[in-house]
Amino acid sequence: MINYIIRRLGYGVLILIGVNLFTFVLFFTVNTPDDMARMNIGGKRVTQDAIEKWKVERGYNKPLLWNAQKPGVEKITDTIFYERSVQLFAFRFGASDSGRDIGHELRQRVGPSIALAIPTFLLGIFVVIVFSLLMVFFRSTYLEFWGVTLAVFLLSISGLFYIIVGQFLFSKTLKLVPISGFSGGWDLFVFLALPIVIGIVSRMGGEALFYRTMFLEEVGKDYVRTARSKGLSETTVLFRHVLRNALLPILTSTVAVLPLLFLGALIMESFFGIPGLGSYTIDAINSQDFAVVRSMVFVGSALYIVGLILTDISYTVADPRIRLS
Amino acid sequence: MPKLVFLATDIALYVLIAVIAFYVWHALRTPTLRQTWRSVLHDPAAMSAGVVLAIFLVIAMLDSFHFRPLLPPAPGAPADAAPAYSTRTLSVLDALLAGPREAREKTYSVPLGTHQFSKESMLVDGKSVRDFPRLQFGGAHLKDPATEWLGDVLQRSAIGIVGGAVAAVVLWMVISALRARSAGTGVTESLRAIWNRTTEVPWRAMLLTATVVALLAGWVSALWPYYHVFGTDQTGNDVLFQAIKSIRTAVVIGSLATIATLPFAIVFGILAGYYKGRVDDVIQYVYTVLSSIPSVLLIAAFVLMIQVFIDKNPQLFDTGLERADIRLFLLAAILGITGWAGLARLLRAETLKLGELDYVQAARAFGVSDTGIMRRHILPNVTHIVVIVAVLDFSGLVLYEAVLSYVGVGVDPTTNSFGTMINSARNEMSRDPVVWWTLLAAFSFMVTLVLSMTLFASAVREAFDPRARAFRVKRSKPSPKGAAVAVASAAS
Repeated sequence: MINYIIRRLGYGVLILIGVNLFTFVLFFTVNTPDDMARMNIGGKRVTQDAIEKWKVERGYNKPLLWNAQKPGVEKITDTIFYERSVQLFAFRFGASDSGRDIGHELRQRVGPSIALAIPTFLLGIFVVIVFSLLMVFFRSTYLEFWGVTLAVFLLSISGLFYIIVGQFLFSKTLKLVPISGFSGGWDLFVFLALPIVIGIVSRMGGEALFYRTMFLEEVGKDYVRTARSKGLSETTVLFRHVLRNALLPILTSTVAVLPLLFLGALIMESFFGIPGLGSYTIDAINSQDFAVVRSMVFVGSALYIVGLILTDISYTVADPRIRLS
Repeated sequence: MPKLVFLATDIALYVLIAVIAFYVWHALRTPTLRQTWRSVLHDPAAMSAGVVLAIFLVIAMLDSFHFRPLLPPAPGAPADAAPAYSTRTLSVLDALLAGPREAREKTYSVPLGTHQFSKESMLVDGKSVRDFPRLQFGGAHLKDPATEWLGDVLQRSAIGIVGGAVAAVVLWMVISALRARSAGTGVTESLRAIWNRTTEVPWRAMLLTATVVALLAGWVSALWPYYHVFGTDQTGNDVLFQAIKSIRTAVVIGSLATIATLPFAIVFGILAGYYKGRVDDVIQYVYTVLSSIPSVLLIAAFVLMIQVFIDKNPQLFDTGLERADIRLFLLAAILGITGWAGLARLLRAETLKLGELDYVQAARAFGVSDTGIMRRHILPNVTHIVVIVAVLDFSGLVLYEAVLSYVGVGVDPTTNSFGTMINSARNEMSRDPVVWWTLLAAFSFMVTLVLSMTLFASAVREAFDPRARAFRVKRSKPSPKGAAVAVASAAS
């Protein structure tokens, strides 16, 4: 087990190196620092002086991989690759193109992101399981038919509509919650209520259908028939037997996305003005701040890899028949 | 003679149609495939969705034949001067809908409105007043909108709906007559069979869907020449026209992005599953790296890159439309490059399984080359996975386009798309009174397209993979078939 995890971690580091090289090629050789400067300063007629000044201010004027002018180790360390890519492995993100410290920003913003993401995630799982179990409980009736119809309909609506209509209905017309914003203390609930509800509703359709097929598959199995023939009520069969067994694949599939919750919800945060990592990313893309985008790519991939490893481990914890080797 | 223009996405769509046609021809020749697709053809929900999809596809294709109209010769130009073409590239759809396309107002107006949405200073009888000015085109034929408007709208609606109903009746008659001719029965009998749902193909569901579409189309076509059916947007453009133009963008994104994933996914997935070992390790490594990068960020990075390329090389593109189009094309390609990992993983797993089967071992023993085995024995047996994933991905990609446009890495802002429509409508929801029609138009078109595709895709998936009954609701009690199996297993 320990051996296996160490091996997986090693593989994870390999993947991270790959991601790092890939983003480096993408951001520095395909798109040269000159291009970045031109886009950032804006306009077609940018003088070469302005570009050079921009690059010096942000340390992009160094050679990419090999600095021949410097002595000793600095030949390698005083380059863009070392300062901008290798340093990421120590979680030193450096300054963004607008001059602020990225690491500090990340620490500041991870709190609000989690405050939104975790309730959405937990409540979402609960609501979806209840919804899909009810569909299975009323299977082969009109209730199930309309449940599936509702789910398919919810699935076909763009998430943006839920947000826009939700803000219009609950914030503007009914004035129940503020349109957007964020603050600490008890006000937090007021600000987060609507984004959480919308986050759940917009995910509900697809996941409820997925869970329903899992439950239905389980309902057809022999042990369920045995439980029924023992004379157990349908509710006991569903909630005691079926739910527990179907939870295995569900839990293992949700573990993979757990670490990604730290990244925040891109669209939701920017619509509701929550100062989390999601809105940070969107702002960075809009202002073409490549340093932030690169850091977020790195953090995102690292979290994804943690998710992969957690999934593997959760398999063994949830199902003792599986041995990792 | 106008000058024909072939945009990158146009050519890609023609190729797509050719590929679909080839697949249909191939499926018709292969008995097993024909059998599988027959179950899709017999599914009422899927076939109704198919009718809607076919209409969307026709609109998208009409919007994909582009040309630059010939300008009238300049005065005093010599007779043999080179012909001059307009700098605006139009499509066949643009030409067909020239009326609403050119009926530009100044700014917002409500659906079927006759007056502008915002007040303006005007000169009335020599005095300056602030009032809602009349629209230039919407309801321009009315002398006194206050009294005539309702009657006029109702009358035109009635004419349109009756026209649509007549078209629908004709369609019902034509279909039942055609059926009657091939089956050798009477037309009334055939009509009754359709109505009682005793036909093999669910004609009733399809014809009912077509009837609804015909009624809507009749109503719209009666009103559209005189009013803006869905109002106008901030710059005074007809919203319904924009929504119809957005269909092509959605179809291009949904289909081309899927097509773009196929080469990578098929080649790498099969290679990894067939050769195993080192090759497998490398390919797995590559797609894990790709899928570990958050997709929005990866797409954003690529899109910023192509934007730099387009800005640097303006001389490559003759018109603004071509520039916007190359961005759409590259966006679809990027979605393909970043999105092939999932399908490749499925194909690898399936190939691993197939590689162990007897017939593949036998082929190897007979000395068939590796490429031969992969092409002739593995590829045909994984096609069903490719078809399922391709149709399932379509809806997701159409929805994704809206999100990408919001983030600012979607299609060019000048391209009509559901994403850009939602984006422009977003800010207007805070106005008072609310400007809701742009959002409603984008919503209804998008839901119709995505819902149809989802229903169609689920039927295709069920046909190819009977275990996946995602949307199917079983109405009956335990079926006799199940009982028979139970009896058989008890007897043995």
